[in-house]
Amino acid sequence: MTLPAPNPAWADLLDALTLQRGYTATVVTLGTTALGIAGGIVGTFALLRKRALMADTLAHASLPGVAGAFMIATALGASGKSLAVLLPGAAISGVLGVLLVHMLTRTGRIRPDAAMAVVLSVTFGLGVVLLSVIQKSSSGQQAGLSTFIYGQTAAMSRTDVLVIACAAAVAAVVIGLILKELTYASFDRSHARVSGIPVGGIDLTLMALVVLVTVVALQAVGLVLAVAILVIPPVTARLWTNRLRRMLALSALFGALGGYTGAVASAVFERLPAGSVIVLASGGLLAISLIAAPNRGVVGAAWRSARLRHGMARDHALRALYELADRSGGPWVSIHELAEHRGASPRSTRWITRVLSLTGYVQRNAGRARLTPRGEADAKRITRNHRLWEQYLLTFADVAPTHVDVSADHAEHALGTDIVAHLERALADRGALPDRLPDHTELEGAGA
Amino acid sequence: MNPPTPKPFDAHPEHDPSSPVSIHALTVAYHRKPVLWDVDLDIHAGRLVAVVGPNGAGKSTLIRACLGLIPSATGNVRFWGEPYREQRRRIGYVPQRDEVDWDFPVSALDVAAMGRYAQIGWFRRVSRAHKDAARACLNRVGMLDYADRQIAQLSGGQQQRVFLARALAQEADLYFMDEPLAGVDAATERAIVEILAKLRDDGKTVVCVHHDLQTIERYFDDVIMLNMRVVATGNVADVFTPDNLRKTYGGRLTTLDRAGHALGTQGG
Amino acid sequence: MNDTLATFVRVDLVPLFAAGAAALSCALVGNFLVLRRESMLGDAISHAVLPGIVAAFLVADTRAGWPMFVGAAAAGIIAVLLVELVRRLGRVESGAAMGVVFPVMFAAGVVLMERAAARHVDLDASCVLYGQLETLTWDLTPDMLRAPLSSEALGRVPIEFWMLLGSLALVSAVVVLGFKELRVASFDPQLATSLGFSSRLISHALAVLVAVVTVASFKAVGSILVVAMLVCPAATARLITDRLEVQLWLSVVVSIVTAGGAYALGAFGAPAVGLPGSVNIAGSMALFAGALLAVAAVASPTHGVLARHARRRALATRVSEEDLVGTLYRAEELGTPVLAMDTLAQLMGGTDRATGAVRRAVAAGIAAREARGVTLTDAGREFGAGIIRTHRLWETYLVERAGLRADHVHDPAEVLEHARTEAGDRIDPPSTGPLDPHGHPIPDGSP
Repeated sequence: MTLPAPNPAWADLLDALTLQRGYTATVVTLGTTALGIAGGIVGTFALLRKRALMADTLAHASLPGVAGAFMIATALGASGKSLAVLLPGAAISGVLGVLLVHMLTRTGRIRPDAAMAVVLSVTFGLGVVLLSVIQKSSSGQQAGLSTFIYGQTAAMSRTDVLVIACAAAVAAVVIGLILKELTYASFDRSHARVSGIPVGGIDLTLMALVVLVTVVALQAVGLVLAVAILVIPPVTARLWTNRLRRMLALSALFGALGGYTGAVASAVFERLPAGSVIVLASGGLLAISLIAAPNRGVVGAAWRSARLRHGMARDHALRALYELADRSGGPWVSIHELAEHRGASPRSTRWITRVLSLTGYVQRNAGRARLTPRGEADAKRITRNHRLWEQYLLTFADVAPTHVDVSADHAEHALGTDIVAHLERALADRGALPDRLPDHTELEGAGA
Repeated sequence: MNPPTPKPFDAHPEHDPSSPVSIHALTVAYHRKPVLWDVDLDIHAGRLVAVVGPNGAGKSTLIRACLGLIPSATGNVRFWGEPYREQRRRIGYVPQRDEVDWDFPVSALDVAAMGRYAQIGWFRRVSRAHKDAARACLNRVGMLDYADRQIAQLSGGQQQRVFLARALAQEADLYFMDEPLAGVDAATERAIVEILAKLRDDGKTVVCVHHDLQTIERYFDDVIMLNMRVVATGNVADVFTPDNLRKTYGGRLTTLDRAGHALGTQGG
Repeated sequence: MNDTLATFVRVDLVPLFAAGAAALSCALVGNFLVLRRESMLGDAISHAVLPGIVAAFLVADTRAGWPMFVGAAAAGIIAVLLVELVRRLGRVESGAAMGVVFPVMFAAGVVLMERAAARHVDLDASCVLYGQLETLTWDLTPDMLRAPLSSEALGRVPIEFWMLLGSLALVSAVVVLGFKELRVASFDPQLATSLGFSSRLISHALAVLVAVVTVASFKAVGSILVVAMLVCPAATARLITDRLEVQLWLSVVVSIVTAGGAYALGAFGAPAVGLPGSVNIAGSMALFAGALLAVAAVASPTHGVLARHARRRALATRVSEEDLVGTLYRAEELGTPVLAMDTLAQLMGGTDRATGAVRRAVAAGIAAREARGVTLTDAGREFGAGIIRTHRLWETYLVERAGLRADHVHDPAEVLEHARTEAGDRIDPPSTGPLDPHGHPIPDGSP
């Protein structure tokens, strides 16, 4: 098989995609992919424990730690810019920030949201002041520090990637070990506690993992965007599944894809800051999922809602036509009367009868409508189901709303034949079959 | 008066301009799960109406859908023959007490005055006259002494009275109240019921979600028995029968039923 | 005009007022964010406006004026709608939805900004993050200094300053005119909607206001520190008062103090402690605001940690004292006027509690130590009668009015008796005569 000769840009892209675009680009791509996996795994539980924004507070609160560690190291004569100094500083002050949020919340007057906003902005303010002090003081080398704000993916070294990979491995192993307990504690905290699960310890472990991922993410995407690494992949995964394990796997996958795509894009196109591109790539995956996810996507939801509305309008119209014709004795019913009977506007009634006439259920003539044989058969079925369902709800009220999962598609408007049979049997057993039920044999004859 | 047994098949009332509320073919669904099915009913003017039904029967949903606070899948609701928007001024609403932030920095008087906001209109200030009216309403519910208290410093029953004062301040002709008697003490319950009766005597219509089956007959004129759809509606004396109760509550009532029966025989 | 003053006017006057205007307009809007528990929405919007600003900037090719505000307001609304969408579809809490939306929009802004920079347009990342208040100098010639209000001199005031004044005017107007609407929509959104004030519309209007003050304050404090200005003054005021009107005014005062104090510290304080030049003023404003909040959290007379601790202590003291007197009174009724410390400790649930209460009661002259234990003085007996009266009245009330069973009322009455000043005196005398449900006499009330 021969491929057409790719143009240079495509060649670049292919190189980047296959990690053949030089040492640095490869290192960066591997690093951000590993970071995405770590964020996806840990973020899943941060999201389920409703701690998603805590990562944001933590990230912002790490800035004074970075600046402070730099100042202390420089004062001691060491190189302030070594990650071995800066990252512990970031972790410590980030954790202090989280503790501060808890303390503020305990006043009772300051709600968690306000406490997070306060700590996030004030600690960042402290960091900014410290940075400006460092800048003004003699050493004057804070250039390396402000990369923590926006991140500097391109400067990632092999060691950094190893650090990130280790972090990801630690996160995966720890989550894997305490998966059962974490799930339990996230789902029902108090019940988990009485079942003997050390909820406090589980929380602390999760918090430690969030700190770990946030701190390693600082260098890659910067403190403003670090929260995205932890939040976007699990939210995206949540749109696709209701199962925890699947959500974990998908979240890790989406995180990896985001990290990988972002790094590749920033390697190919100039002047695209990798941190932002990673976030945008994850955001793109989310946007696609929001639109296309089968159960929760916009398209699916709109489609289902429109189908439900249309189905109900159609069934109502058919039933109304049937009942009106039944009452008046003649098959022709004026659209006006129909609209009044349905309690709907003449316009929507005209529209629904037009749709019904196009599909051959209804015949229209000079502002009036009648059921065709096909329409009548369907109308009878609907009316019959409606009355059965109604009677069922009345007779079995104790089970109906909570135990029968009547999703809109499966209730009166599209009761399956087996359900109808069940209804009839159940109602007949109780001697509760409704009167005025359209005839069974007639129905079957017409339906065939 | 509506017949005591459900006759839902042809129940498609015309929109009667004298009827404060007529609901037609109202269906409400959360996500894919329907909560209210094809509700048809008329509420008559000058009545105290209770909405009863088991948990999840759609009682609050019915009220909220009437007020347009949640979208309905099909159907419509008319007030005096017109849509909600046209008649909004004449309709008051008392939400459930646990739906607001009681720590909010407002006083009882502020809350009562909120009832006047619709009359005041956008961007105009609350005048002294409106405050006096709000004070008068607080007085009617016996809360004038607490007008300047921050609402968190009031007891549950007092908070509910303030909510009622707010509804009175609206000077509506039709009130929807979501469990106005939930979690209040006996004295407050009596006071609230008196006020409701007074409203009814003044020709207003009051629709309450109510959960205490023991007091329905004493407090209310009409009852709407709801379980996803209307099981029965009409005069309490006609409709509030053991048969309809069983249809509304199904098996879940039996224990309660027996207990109530036992109490009834004990009492006299 | 002397040189110091001239320098002050040139270098510090406009930044000082800009800081004040930014802090003030943020605080006014922030009150409602805090009350609606949407503080983090301030953070989200302040980040999310970035692409709107940059896009407007790229389109209109100008740094000031309407395009930026329009772009920011549009971005703010889009952010709010997206948060709603993600929250609804993903069924996640709104915090997580914000954590999704704002980084994406901010990242889009950063990328756009890089594109802009490629076209040699002057927009830089550090300004977005922490503002450049120091660059808002008033470039006056000596001539103009003599007539600073001339149109020529005013024409040299940086455009950002006028933008800030404009946004302050807008915010003040909305808060004053729409106070009633904002209050009802924040307190009870459903009621607001049913009254005809669409709570959705109002929350979107609030989002636009946040976007506008954020943009106007960018130059002054930057996008992250603007959050401190939005939330801190309002939270500080919230710790002090229970009235919304008072809270608004307090937050105004706090924000002005913050701006002035932080400016003084940052611009003049830093050199005083030996730092060359000033430290970042936006940063020090955030710090100052945080410090004021911390002071309020500790020392507020209503909700501060200290006051609440003191109140708890005082209450515990009073309750243990009243328990002591009540216990002694009941013992005396049963014919044991003197109780041994051991017995007392047992009845009052703890030796520490009993000894402390005895010490205080003896000091107050309501109890006396005897060889075999502790007894009531005459004053103590009177005091005890009052307490027991309240307790038994409550028990009677609970049985007669609230329908509790007689063997279930002692504990609630135990709690309620300490609240006797509030309502106990208003309890009607029981129908059963001067006996409580257990058959004990109810002592006479001493006026």
